[in-house]
Formats: sequence, structure tokens, C-alpha cells
Amino acid sequence: MSTLLSVSGLTTRLLTPAGLLAAVEDVDFTLDERDSLGLVGESGSGKSVTMRSLLRLLPQRAEVEGSVRWRGRELVGLPENALRALRGREIAMIFQEPMSALNPVLRIGLQIEESLKVHTDLDRAGRRARAVELLALTGIPTPERRLDDFPHQFSGGMRQRAMIAIALAASPALLLADEPTTALDVTIQDQILHLLARLRREMGMAMILVTHDLAVVAESCERVAVMYAGRIVERGTVRQVFAAPRHPYTLGLLRSVPDGDRPRQKLRSIEGTPPGLGNRTRGCAFQPRCGFATAQCATDRPPLADIAPGHAAACWQAGRLTDLSREAA
Amino acid sequence: MSAGALPFEPAKATPTRRRKLALPGALIAGLLILAFSLTLAFFPSLFAPFDPLKFDYKAILKPPSLAHPFGTDNFGRDMLSRTIHAYTLDMQIAFFATIVPMLAGTAIGTIVGYYGGLLETLFGRLVDGVITFPFIVLVIAIVAVLGPGLANMYVAIGLVGWVFYARLVAGEMKVQKRLDYADAGRVMGYGDMRIAFRHLLPNAVSPALVYWMTDMALCILLGTSLGYLGLGAQPPAAEWGVLIAGGKNFFTTAWWISIFPGIAIVLTGLGFSLLGNGLAELMKVKR
Repeated sequence: MSTLLSVSGLTTRLLTPAGLLAAVEDVDFTLDERDSLGLVGESGSGKSVTMRSLLRLLPQRAEVEGSVRWRGRELVGLPENALRALRGREIAMIFQEPMSALNPVLRIGLQIEESLKVHTDLDRAGRRARAVELLALTGIPTPERRLDDFPHQFSGGMRQRAMIAIALAASPALLLADEPTTALDVTIQDQILHLLARLRREMGMAMILVTHDLAVVAESCERVAVMYAGRIVERGTVRQVFAAPRHPYTLGLLRSVPDGDRPRQKLRSIEGTPPGLGNRTRGCAFQPRCGFATAQCATDRPPLADIAPGHAAACWQAGRLTDLSREAA
Repeated sequence: MSAGALPFEPAKATPTRRRKLALPGALIAGLLILAFSLTLAFFPSLFAPFDPLKFDYKAILKPPSLAHPFGTDNFGRDMLSRTIHAYTLDMQIAFFATIVPMLAGTAIGTIVGYYGGLLETLFGRLVDGVITFPFIVLVIAIVAVLGPGLANMYVAIGLVGWVFYARLVAGEMKVQKRLDYADAGRVMGYGDMRIAFRHLLPNAVSPALVYWMTDMALCILLGTSLGYLGLGAQPPAAEWGVLIAGGKNFFTTAWWISIFPGIAIVLTGLGFSLLGNGLAELMKVKR
């Protein structure tokens, strides 16, 4: 499979009252066609900023460094109108809050047709017909009657479906999903995740799913990258990372989630809080909260190094960790 | 299968999803007054019993009677006919003096609010400069430079009036452009103008529409004031301000010349204000 997206050394600095601070630092990952990557981390770990940096949808005073190559073409430094031609057509995005991401005063059908108008050369009747198809595709019953509804007449799950329909209008090659199920209740979450998985299969799309929910990643992604304090600390296939986490943070995250297959045990939380943007240290950012930390961790930042084929972790103690996680299991 | 065989009532095929909004009373009253005004404005000859410009020296300064319900003026012109015919001109003033500032101000406000930055700072200074002067003083000053007459009055009102719409719309746009759906538009690769005018503006325009109604009432007052002062519509045209000015010398002896056009001004202004209030209420409900 050919590489669709390759990100290396991506660093995004945002202008804050305290000056330019890096929200995302030195992020590397690649994505093949039809691939799915879960980007996991706590609030403020930089996962949403990473996604927005790809399409440069950032506040005006933000700096992006590094390289984002889309089908071999460098996106960092690309003029705004060239980037705009890519947005929606090749890379689309859906948001956390489907209510606020839909325009409250425009009819659902019109909002889908708007996307078709910009990205396809269908005529009016063709757009209307395609809008019905898209709504049907995303599982909205009696779509031809729902086209003339306003967003407030839709339920939360239906709004996210409509949002997905708008995003899929141009048949993008990559869908960025920024916590698409966080605002929905659990049964609807599951429906939307299944819908995304099915659409991805049917349309041959790649997807990056941003979430803080490990279960969501396990269910709908092939690969996962864990972010902490603006950096990727571990990445690999879902199987590799979930079975044998090589970074203490990932291990901590996994231990804080109940597992129905294991005997009941106390859920362990990770002590402390992640560092703010302003006070990131020279060494490993997770070191103050880490049970494995050594003197080296406080002074030298561990690089993201390969441990097994396709599995990398940024931890000096990655070797010790394997054994421990086996013990715990 | 008949419906009776089912254990429950099947849902109706077409539920009435669009529920009816209770219209505010102010809106209905405003609409009725406006409908009345517009009817008179479009078809004055159907309602006016006499030619508004025709002199009748046999009926000079006659008080209200059955033949002349609003009396006659010092040239024997029927005041009812003149007041009715003035509707045409004054409703025109209300519309034409506000439509250009409304459209231009909304467009400018959309762009200023959407882009912000230096543009917004410059615009802010301009607004401060304009609102320092009372509206009517500025308009009179411009008319004084351009010369009296209706066309110059439109120009004068247009030069000043757009600022208020632009300020309202720019403020709303600043709020709207930070919302998720604006971002969603950018993600979809829409151009700035498409996002600003097609997606954000419909959400930002309602205060400007409400203000438009108030502005029409204000412009009728302004237009009649200028007519009264001799800077707007010129005699012998039937315009309320001109009519009131024509009656001012006879006010102690022939009060009817000025009173009835005055009542028409109040009624029409009230209509627009009620309409504006009603619209504001309606839009608040909708949100």
C-alpha cells in the first residue's frame, strides 16, 4: 500500500499570553491508504492541534514547522488557496460537537449540497439526488424528507451522521475525526463508530481518529499513537500497544480502564497532572509522574525509538517495562 | 392489514414537524399598520377624494367637514387627499433612504467582522467619528453642502446611515466566526466569501433587520423634518413635513392643516417600531 500521509518533525507553536509555546513537538507518523490511526491522549496533549496543523486550521498566530507530506506533496508552507483546494476534497474533517458544527439556520440538505457545489460539478438536481444518497448512506431514515429539516430538528446522533454526510460529499481519501463520539451517548457512540468503519471500508478511506477513549481506538483503528505533553510517546499497531505497552504512560492509561476478561482488580489512576504548555522540562515530560523514572529521565529526553517492527516508544526504560506488563497480566 | 389489528397506534406517516409559531402581538399590529400605509402609498388615487395639487379658491381654510374630512389649506387643497398622497412619497423615503445603507452597511460589516484585525481597528475609528455627531446634524450638514432636494437627502442619509448597520453586523460576525460551524466551513475548503456571506451572515443579520425597521421609522421622521425645514421634498409636493410647514403660519386659526399629517407620521412611525419589536421577539423565540 502506498503512503498517503507522512508527518515528520511536526512542531506547532501557538501564541499565548506567555508567548509562543509549542503545543505539538516533533511529531512523526505515517498513514497508508485505507489505514486507520487512533490518536490518543488526555485533554491538552496536543492531539487536536496535531490534526489541525495538518490542514493548517489554526488560530492566525500559530507557527507550524516540520514536514507534512500528502501524497508526496509538502503541505507546510503551501499557500492558503492551494491548501483550500485540498480541504474537504481530499482531506475532510468531522468534529466533536455536531450541534455547533452544523449551521443552525441552514437546512441540512442545503449544507450537504453546499459541499457538493464546491467540490463536484453536479448540477442542482444531481446535487439534490446525491445529498439524499449521502444521508441514506449515513443511515438516516427517509432521507428525502429530512433534507428540508434544520439541524435543531435532528437528534445528536443524526446530527453527527449529517456532519459525516457533508464530510463525505467529495469522497475524500482521508477523514480526520476529532472526537466524533465524545458528545454522544454510549449506544449512539457505538453506532457512529460502526458507521465510520463501514464507510471507510466501502469508500476506501483512510482515517485518523482523535479520542481520549482507548476502547474507541481498540474497536475502530488498526494502529495507535499515544500523545503526552505534545509528543508521541508510543506508537504501533493496536495489538502491539494494547498487549505490550512499552511506555509507562500507555501502561498507566491501560491500567486505568476496566477489562472484562481479567479478574477484578483495583483500577489504577496515574498520579499527578500533565505539565502545562509553559513548563515543559528538558527530560522526559512524563518523568515526574513515572514510577520507572531514573536520573537519566530528568535530564535527557528519550527519542521515539523502534522496539519491534512497527512499534516504537519514547522511553529509556522501555526494556524493563515489557517484563512488568507481562507480570501484571 | 388494517390499523386496528396492530397492538399500538402506528405513527402517522407525515408528522407535523414544523410547529406553528405564535406570532407576537406587536408584529401583527405593526404589519396591519404597514399594510394600511402601503395600500395608501401604492394606490393613493383610489382613496383620495380630490386632486392633491388642485387649488379651489371657493374653499380656502375650511375646517373639517363631510366634503373635506381633514379640512382644506390656504389654497383650498383638500388636506385628506394631500395626506393620503403624501404616503407615496414618505413611504418611498422610508424605503429608499434605508435600503442602500442597509445593504451596504451589512456587506461592509460582514467583511469587517469576518477579517477583523487592522480593518476592524480602522472601522472602529470611523464609527467613533460618525457617532460623535448627532445623526440629524450630520445629514443636515451634508444636505447643506449638496443642496436641498430629495435625491441629495438620500445621498446624505446613505453616507451616514450604513455605519450603524455595519457596526451591528460586524459585532455579530465576530461572534459567529469563532463558532464551530465556521471552522467546519473552512475544513470543507469553502472560500472566505462563501463562508462569510452564505454561512455566517444568515446567523448574524437579524439585529440588522430589526434595526432596519427602527431605521425606517427614524428616516420618516428625518425626511419629514428635512421637508419641514425646506431641505428635503420641495413644495408643492405632498409630503408630511412640507404639509406641516405649510400649516404652521395658520396654526392658531386652522389647526387641521398641520395636525392630520402629524398624526400620519406618528401612526406610520409607530407601525415600523411595532414591526421591529415584533421581529426582535420572533427571532429571540427562534433561537
